[in-house]
Parts: sequence; structure tokens; C-alpha cells
Amino acid sequence: MSAATETLNPAGHADEHGHDHGHDHDHGHHASTGWRRWVYATNHKDIGTLYLWFAFTMFITGGTMALGIRAELFHPGLQFWQPEFFNQLTTLHGVIMVFGAIMPAFTGLANWMLPLMLGAPDMAFARMNNWSFWLLPPAALLLIISLFVPGGAAAGGWTLYPPLSIQGGMGMDFAIFAIHLLGISSIMGSINIVTTILNMRAPGMTLLKMPMFAWTSLVTAYLLIAVAPVLAGAVTMLLTDRHFGTHFFKAAGGGDPVLFQHIFWFFGHPEVYIMALPAFGIVSQIIPTFSRKPLFGYVSMVYATASIAILSFMVWGHHMFAVGMPATTQLFFMFMTMLIAVPTGVKVFNWIATMWQGSMSFETPMLFAIGFVCLFTVGGFSGLVLSIAPIDTEMQDTYYVVAHFHYVLVAGALFSLFAAVYYWLPKWTGNMYSEKAGKFHFWWSMVWFNVTFFPMHFLGLAGMPRRIPDYPLQYTDFNSVASVGAFCFGLGQLFFLYNVIHTIRGGVGKAPANPWDAHTLEWEVPSPAPHHTWESPPDEALVKKGLVAQALEH
Amino acid sequence: MRVWRSGGLLALFSSWACADSRFDFQPAQTSIAQDIHDLHSWLMVVILVIFCLVFGVMFYAIFKHRRSLGHNAKPFHENTAVEVAWTLIPALILVVMAWPAAKVVLAQKDSHDATLTIKATGYQWFWGYDYLDSGFGYKSKLVTPRSQIENYKSAGDAKGEHYLLEVDEPLVVPVDTKVRILTTSNDVIHSWAMPAFGVKQDAIPGFIRDTWFKAERTGIFRGQCSELCGRDHGFMPIVVKVVSKDDYKTWLGKKQAEAKAAADDPNKTWTRDELIARGQKVYEANCVACHKADGKGGGPFPALAGSKIATGPKEGHVHIVLTGKNAMPSWAGLTDTEIAAVITYERNSFGNKTGDFVLPKDVKAARK
Repeated sequence: MSAATETLNPAGHADEHGHDHGHDHDHGHHASTGWRRWVYATNHKDIGTLYLWFAFTMFITGGTMALGIRAELFHPGLQFWQPEFFNQLTTLHGVIMVFGAIMPAFTGLANWMLPLMLGAPDMAFARMNNWSFWLLPPAALLLIISLFVPGGAAAGGWTLYPPLSIQGGMGMDFAIFAIHLLGISSIMGSINIVTTILNMRAPGMTLLKMPMFAWTSLVTAYLLIAVAPVLAGAVTMLLTDRHFGTHFFKAAGGGDPVLFQHIFWFFGHPEVYIMALPAFGIVSQIIPTFSRKPLFGYVSMVYATASIAILSFMVWGHHMFAVGMPATTQLFFMFMTMLIAVPTGVKVFNWIATMWQGSMSFETPMLFAIGFVCLFTVGGFSGLVLSIAPIDTEMQDTYYVVAHFHYVLVAGALFSLFAAVYYWLPKWTGNMYSEKAGKFHFWWSMVWFNVTFFPMHFLGLAGMPRRIPDYPLQYTDFNSVASVGAFCFGLGQLFFLYNVIHTIRGGVGKAPANPWDAHTLEWEVPSPAPHHTWESPPDEALVKKGLVAQALEH
Repeated sequence: MRVWRSGGLLALFSSWACADSRFDFQPAQTSIAQDIHDLHSWLMVVILVIFCLVFGVMFYAIFKHRRSLGHNAKPFHENTAVEVAWTLIPALILVVMAWPAAKVVLAQKDSHDATLTIKATGYQWFWGYDYLDSGFGYKSKLVTPRSQIENYKSAGDAKGEHYLLEVDEPLVVPVDTKVRILTTSNDVIHSWAMPAFGVKQDAIPGFIRDTWFKAERTGIFRGQCSELCGRDHGFMPIVVKVVSKDDYKTWLGKKQAEAKAAADDPNKTWTRDELIARGQKVYEANCVACHKADGKGGGPFPALAGSKIATGPKEGHVHIVLTGKNAMPSWAGLTDTEIAAVITYERNSFGNKTGDFVLPKDVKAARK
């Protein structure tokens, strides 16, 4: 891996690239090479690169676990795993994908791109940035090691509901500490993002003139600062219940198991948007670029983002419709949840209006962005179905829910990440990726994603519970189809790895500074982006030029 | 396109779709389930219409407004009227949808005036049913043989029609009667789910929750535990047998008589061997899932064979069974006789040779 990343952003080569804006001269304080460059990294691009490779490694790890799950579910009966190990697979798959893959990938993108897009020389707190990254590998190791401790890894589902999670062996403690580390990392990463965005924007770039990706990163960072401590508190209470005789979640001592669910989902629902909002931001950068039009309804996009964030704190109960809440509570959470469809709808309409009367072209980033809009909308529809509390009675804890959240997290968050990688690879590597290979990756993923997850809607409707290693015979056909789809989808992601490495090694030729004719500031620096950029802020005329082109200024 | 397919199925062929539960809900057996299915069908129609509009416009743009056709971009980027419209119209649609949904929520939550109340208790990994008005109860366990389930080395035995959905003793209820189910749990959270009835209610240890149904047809209906509850979460089905009111009366009489006959005489004088024989049954019904048939335990569950507690003083052993510890729940719900028997069994099996025994009156004393 390090051999590949080495060339991603060659240190000390900065002086080879243009001096057009006079901000990329070499300072000599990034002389560290080899492993020191990465371990002592304080440069936002290096740290961004680390985050992205870490996220990809975790994506492959979590994906392998998913294939373990799908292999077992290919046929009814127990073929490969003991049920307890199957539960460990589902649990780790969830934890790793959420905390190890999707979230670090977005933080990595924010690290790489925010300073470039805002005209800042680096993130606000460079050393803290280093720490927030380097907490991640130990956390990931804890999760992997936990598979090999007595009793195995945590097996209570990624939601860690007690009392089941109080029963588990020491694998659960590993998971709790891993979540602590990941939480600390997220909070520090978020503080960095907030400080950078609020204080280090280019002259003339007011808040309502920032790129949408900066807006969604800002709101996401606030969400994380608000809820990561809540999760940390919940798992700490689990830890003391397990080992120190407390009874927060034990009814025998006056506690309440459902209390954990309230706390967990108070974190968990904003968490859903922590994984979705940055995706909205990325898509809002890409669709205007390839439609050759400014983003439609910029201000309403900002307001929609903010309202989604605020509403996300008031809907956690919809994850708990089956615990037996009073009718009024059930109704409150149902109405609030339905309400989220309004700002989300506004976003989808804005993207479509951006495409409308455009001059569209369909390079790989645009394909993934459109794929995102299509499938995220389908995920939104199934979300609307689930928001109706009585219907949720049938759907709760069935494969319908699994289908729903994979539509919004895989076709949503992951597709937007693919779009982002293809969009910014030329800037990162200085090389163009192969358009043919990128398109193949898109269509392959698009087809097999749907083959994998669409049948799960039917499984859920017919009543198949989630998190079971074996199932009644009437669910066989769709499970087999889903398993085939999953293996093909997984294979396609190795092709993605090949694409990225191929591009790093030269791709199909040198990339120009602005290959897409986009108007945000990152395209004003050479490709590949020199080690140091915007050491002196971009001048106002340059900023204004971009803002006018984005119709944010006249 | 795919949503269209499912929407079409539900909207246009809902009667046909109901016949094939592979694509759709299991056929509704209660008015609540029917209400839920109607809500869903109606919602799918709304979604289908919105889907066609949104995707229609988007794909029109994708096919017509492309650079390869020489289409030039028109750089408009806001339109207040349009933006207000597409905020307000969806909000109105939602209000229209919320109304019937709220009515069903209120109906679901109204468990008043039930004729019959049954307590469903989740155990790792089976269900227990107590007929509170009639003074008896029983456990309901999976009967699919392991030889059908475990295919690690070979294809295993042929799987039966109701693979994983068959139990030794189903819940029996009368037709056309409002039955209130109280759910609770002995260990971790389970969920009592019966798709055909439109019922799903978590069973939470230490708390009682309720739900209800009124089955409209006789027959056997099947569901599965719907909250991850550990190793055998996938192996604790819920089977409800709905019978005519007369059949129910006959069945009830039989069960009550059986319960009476099986009850332990409080004045009986037990010998050690009798206690061990009875204790083995209690052990197999309650303890074997974690501590295993050979008493060796596994994973987070400690071995009983040679354990300090099972070979140490009797008082400590009685105490841990009554109060539980860590992963082990309190078993205070068992009768004095059952606890005395199972402790005696544990102290004289798996190579443990204390030779002593515990009497029901010792347990009774320890409870105070």
C-alpha cells in the first residue's frame, strides 16, 4: 500500500509544477521521507491520503465479512459458520463499514479538499489532525484482534443492545474501546473541520458562497461533535454495567435496557446523516460541473442541509417502533420522520433542476453522481415506507430494513465516494484515470448492487428477520440471488483498486489543472496539487471569478 | 424501474400478490394486518406516481439535454415559486398520508377489553406462554432436527416444509377473540412477531409490554423472533394455532387437567435420586443452552463441571441460581422444587460428586 501512496503526492516535487499563483514554493519543512512522512504527517494532503487508504482497507475488510455473511445465506442450513461466529460477522461488518470505512473516507476527503476549495494553506490544527488519523489504526486493530480472543468478537449487532451486549465475552470490551478511540478521532477531526471552515476561507468567500461540500462538511462536523460523546457515554455505561456493578441497563438493579436504545439512537440517527450529508455535498459539486450549469437553489440546499441536521435529532424513536412506546410518542416520531422527506426531496429536486437544460456529459464521476441520485431516491422511498409506524410493525428488523439502509449507505454514501475519487483523482495524482475502466466500474457496481439489495425488499415484505444465519425455505431464491450479486459487486471493487493504482502510475496521461472546467478553487492549483498550496490566500479577483461562474456572486 | 415493478404488483395485482408471499406480505389474518397492507399499497401508489414524475423529468434531461446532442446549457439557478411549490406540495402529500396511518397506530395501541390474556416470555432460545386467566403455561421450542440444520460436512437431511418454523407446542388461541399478549423476557431482548397478524412487540427483560390481535380465520400461522438475542436467534420460531371457540374450550380443559396432575405436591418427601431425575429435566429445559449437556459451558458461559460453585457450599449454589450473575439471569421464576432439583442434579453430574442434595424447603428459606 505504501508503495502506491508514495507516488500519490510526491513530496519535494512541488517546484516542478507551475508557479502561476506563487503559492507553491518549497519550504523544506516536509523533508521527512519514507515512513516518517506518514507517521509524522501534518500536511492535510498526506493525512487525507492516509484517511482514504485506511478507509479503503477497512472497506475491503468489512466487505470480506459481508461476503462471509452472504456465503452462509446462499443456501438454507448452516454451511460454513457457527451461528455465534455469523453474529460476529454481522456485528463487525456493521461497525467496520460505518466507523472504519464511510466516516474516515469522508473525513479524508474533507482533509484533502477543504483547504484547497476554501483557499486555506492547511487544516487549522495540523498536529491534532495527525493524532485524529493515527487513532484509527489501533481502533481497527482492536476490532480485528477481538475476533481471536476467547469468546470471539462482539456479537450483539452494531447497535450493541444490552442485555445481549452485557452477556458477551471480552470481544465486546475490545469493541467498546475501539468505539471510544474512533469517537475521539471523529471529534478531533470535526473540530478541525469546523475551525478551518469558519476561520480560513479565502477573502470574499462568505459562508453563503462556500462550495456545497464545505457546507455539508461543516454541518456534519457539528453533528459529530454533538453526538459522538453521546455514543461514548452509552458504551461507557455498557462497560461499567459489564464490569463495575452498575445497573444502567439491567432491570434487576432498577435499570432499563431500553434506555440504551434511546441513547444509542439519539446518536444513531444523526449518525445516518453524518454518512449522508457529505455525500450530498459531493454530488452538489459534481452535477453542476458536468451539467455545465450553476447548482440550482444553492441557498435552499443550505437550508435543507441544516433542517435535515436539526430534524435528525428528533426522530430517533423511529428505530424503536417495536419496543412498545405509548401511542402519542409513536405518532410524534412518525410525523417528525415523515417531515424529513421534505428537505430531502428539495435536494433531489434541486439536483434534477441543475441537470435540466444543462449540457450534460457523462464521465465516471457524473455517472456515479446520477447513480447516487437514482438509488438514494429509491432508498428514500423505502425510508418513507418505514417511517409509517404501522407499516414498520411488519418491517422492523426484517430484510426490508437491510435493503433500505444499504440503498442509502452503499448506493448513497459509497457511490458518492466513488464519484469523489474519480472527480478528484486527476488533482491528487496529476494523471487521468481511464474513462473506459471507470465506466465499467460504474455499470458493474450499479447492476450488481441492485441484484444484491433489491431482492431484500421482497424478503423483508415476506417477513424474513435480519441477523439470522439460516432461514425458512420460502426465502431461498432471493437469498441466493442476493449472494451471487454480493460476490460480483465485491469483485468489482477490486477493479476499482486496480483503476486507482493504474491512475497513480500514470493512468492514460497527464491531467491538466482543471480537467472538468469546474469553478471551485481546487482547480486553480496545478495537478497534481503541490505539497503546499494557498500559502498566501488566493486574491479576491480569482475568488470572485469562481463565485461568479458558480452564480454565487454577480 | 424496479420500484415500479413492486408498486405495480401491489397496486394492480394485490389479490394475486397476496397469494404469493414470496414478493409480498403474508396474507392478513387480522383487520390490523389488513389495514397495514392497505396503507402500504396506497403508499406504494403515491410513491409510484412520484417516482415516475421525478425519474421521468430526470431521464428526459439526461437523454435530451446532453452535450453530445449539442444542447447548450441555460444557466438559470433559482426560481422562488418553483422552490416553494416543491417544498409545500410534498408536505401536503405527507399530511394526507399521516392521517390514515395515525388511525392505525391508535387502533394498534388499543389493547383494552381483551377476552384472553397470555404472557409470552422470551428465553434464550425459545418462547414460554402462560395462560394467566387459566393458571397454566408451557414452553414452545423449535423441533426442526439439528440434522436438517447443520450441513457443515454434508448436505444433511432433507429439510421439511416448515423448516425452522415448527415448534413442539404452538400458542393456541380461539378465533374471533381479542387476545392480549403481554411480552417480557427472561434474559435478553427478544421480539414476538406474527407477520400475518400485523403484530411485532419486543420482549424486554424486567418489563411488561403488550400488544393484541383478533384472528379472523382458523389455521396455523408462523413467525420468528425479530430482535437479535444471541446464538440461536434464528432458531426460536413463534407458531400460533387459531382454533374454533369450541376446540379452544376442549383444549383449555385438557391443559388445565394436565397442569394440575403435573404440579408438584408441596408435601412430597424427595429422595436424592428423585431430585436428580427431575433436575435433569429442569436442566435440559432451562440450562443446557449455555452450560451445555456435558456441563462444560463454552464462550462466555462457564463450565459447571468441577466449578467452585457447583462443588462448594450449597448456599452459594442456591444463591447464584436465584440471583444470577453477569451473563446468567436470575432463575427465581422457577418453582422451589425445580430449583432444588436442578441444583441437586448439577452437584451430582458432569463428574461433580458432592453427594449432597437440596430440598425445596431450603430454596424457600433462601428466597427470604
